[in-house]
Amino acid sequence: MSRSLLVISRQAPWSGPSAREALDIVLAGGAFDLPIGLLFLDDGVFQLAPNQAAKAVQQKDLSANLQALGLFGIDDVFACSHSLTARGLPPPAHAQALDSQAIFQLIDRYDQVITL
Amino acid sequence: MKFAIALYSAAHAPSSRRALLFAQAALAGGHEIVRLFFYQDGVYSASNNIVAPQDEQDIARQWREFVSQHQLDGVVCIAAALRRGVLNAEEAARYQRSAVNLEAPWALSGLGQLHDAIQDADRLICFGGP
Repeated sequence: MSRSLLVISRQAPWSGPSAREALDIVLAGGAFDLPIGLLFLDDGVFQLAPNQAAKAVQQKDLSANLQALGLFGIDDVFACSHSLTARGLPPPAHAQALDSQAIFQLIDRYDQVITL
Repeated sequence: MKFAIALYSAAHAPSSRRALLFAQAALAGGHEIVRLFFYQDGVYSASNNIVAPQDEQDIARQWREFVSQHQLDGVVCIAAALRRGVLNAEEAARYQRSAVNLEAPWALSGLGQLHDAIQDADRLICFGGP
């Protein structure tokens, strides 16, 4: 059986290539049909903000890629509810919000964890 | 134990040195390193063009020598490297750039190599940040 991997994405989409590069790991894993989870934590939850205007800061919009994760076989997408609330963000449309206790259990469930 | 080691920081970051010390200790302890995978700013830790002051450690050179000496599988993520200007001769020719700063023992390859190493290893150990 394949080892599972949880990618924890902690950077805002405008703060450099980190958000993109975390997503690339997830998409590559999906392409190999590996069991992959994605958790947005801390400033990473800004990637889930509605109505982003990435073009205004001359960036590429990642949100379309996030909405398409299901097409790549990535169904386990989570967000830290505390991080969302602390930043005034609504419940995300394409991720399941989890409290701290559920996040502990989530991390425990995966064989390997990458935090970017 | 079989380790896969991922590095996300440049040669001047303390975490690059920590990763090297960990890798050296792993081999010294009789463990195996299935692959080193340099991602994000970790691609700078593989650059050939780093010149360290004489009274400072040359971590990029130490990485090169370590990988060569133990004939390890040292992979630098190609997408992360291109974005940061870390090019081997083939990529420099492909994109018509004048500088080559990545050479053997490093190989440029894709994220599939990271996933492959994760599947192969007992433990994935990641180094990044300061």
